[in-house]
Amino acid sequence: MERRSKETLNALAFFSLLLLFVFQFTLGPDRERLAAALPGILWLGFVLAGLLGLGRTFVLERENDCWDALLLAPGDKSAIYVGKLAGNVLLMLVVETLLLVLFTFFFNVDLAGALPALALVVALGTLGLAAVGTLFAAMTAQVRARELLFPVLLLPVQVPVLLATVKATEAVLLGEPLSAVAHWLKLLAAADVVYVATGVLTFDFLLES
Amino acid sequence: MTRALGWLAAVGLGAGLVMAFGVAPREATQGNVQRIMYLHVPSVWVAYVAFAVVFVASIIYLARRAEWADHVAHASAELGVLFTGLTIATGSIWGKPTWGAWWTWDARLTSVSMLFVMYLGYLLLRGMIDEGDRAARYAAVLGVVAALNIPLVHFSVYWWRTLHQPPSLMRPGGSSMPSVIVAALLVNFAAFSLLYLYFLAKRVRLLRLEAAAA
Repeated sequence: MERRSKETLNALAFFSLLLLFVFQFTLGPDRERLAAALPGILWLGFVLAGLLGLGRTFVLERENDCWDALLLAPGDKSAIYVGKLAGNVLLMLVVETLLLVLFTFFFNVDLAGALPALALVVALGTLGLAAVGTLFAAMTAQVRARELLFPVLLLPVQVPVLLATVKATEAVLLGEPLSAVAHWLKLLAAADVVYVATGVLTFDFLLES
Repeated sequence: MTRALGWLAAVGLGAGLVMAFGVAPREATQGNVQRIMYLHVPSVWVAYVAFAVVFVASIIYLARRAEWADHVAHASAELGVLFTGLTIATGSIWGKPTWGAWWTWDARLTSVSMLFVMYLGYLLLRGMIDEGDRAARYAAVLGVVAALNIPLVHFSVYWWRTLHQPPSLMRPGGSSMPSVIVAALLVNFAAFSLLYLYFLAKRVRLLRLEAAAA
């Protein structure tokens, strides 16, 4: 577990750096346009990194033929879900922090003032993304064309989380107080609760032989 | 039984057409284009019913492992995608002369199209799994997640933006439409619901036969 996350983490860190270059090349050097698009590209980066990272949740089990061990694991299977979810949230938070630092460094944006509010939005959004991502990763792990199917299933379901986080990030970066985006935060919290609860309750059914 | 349902649906659709084109008056501002509503609104109604059926059938399958529930969920998801597609198509045809564009990123257009892609993914997942039992389990879990996601999609997209006409049939303070139009709409609601039940019965039978043959 330790070694795997390091392996994934290194690759994801490098991937984030590359993403930044791609954004820079495709958007051009215009600073104002960049500032306007910043919330969007920030979350685009998070989601792309998330798709790669989350999709690999069960790769170790599959490659090492440990899937049966998961099936045979004694006790409540939802514990596996919670564990995988925690690992994924942690991994994504590390990558997202890195992306944020790279953003401030390369694009010369000042996030310091908005940081606490931004952290809350990012945390809520990441939990939602990872909750569904972990569930779907288990679902697609044993399926043909899983690299394709995973994003195709995950992206439409993530629309509410994406809209809420991008809108909230936009407001936060403009220096608005959190109360101005309270409805988005409530929606995110509700989504997190719904996703985690369904994940815990239905994960059992995915792990039957 | 199924055949009777089919005839009922056919008669209903015929009556719906007569009501929509013969009885209902020409709308004053939008003209004849407005008549597409008699197709558009019942389609989206049936689509939502279909996705609700997927949700309930998925839960029944997970709880009881009844094969018929899986067949119902599968068939209903296909019909839901079909009728959402119909909704989007008729909406575009109506939108071009009325709004001047085939598509706008309006709240309700967006949420219906999100439903469309979500359940397309559902059907894609089913198609990618070969073992019937595993396909049924995974699809049932996805059916539950997708259904619970519908309200979230609805609110998020609604807050994101809205331009669509406010609902004119069911709203506080009574309907703003003349009763002839309401009657024509209700006939089409009934006809489309019958059509849905007919298709569902046919498709479930087909899926059962396929499973038996495999």
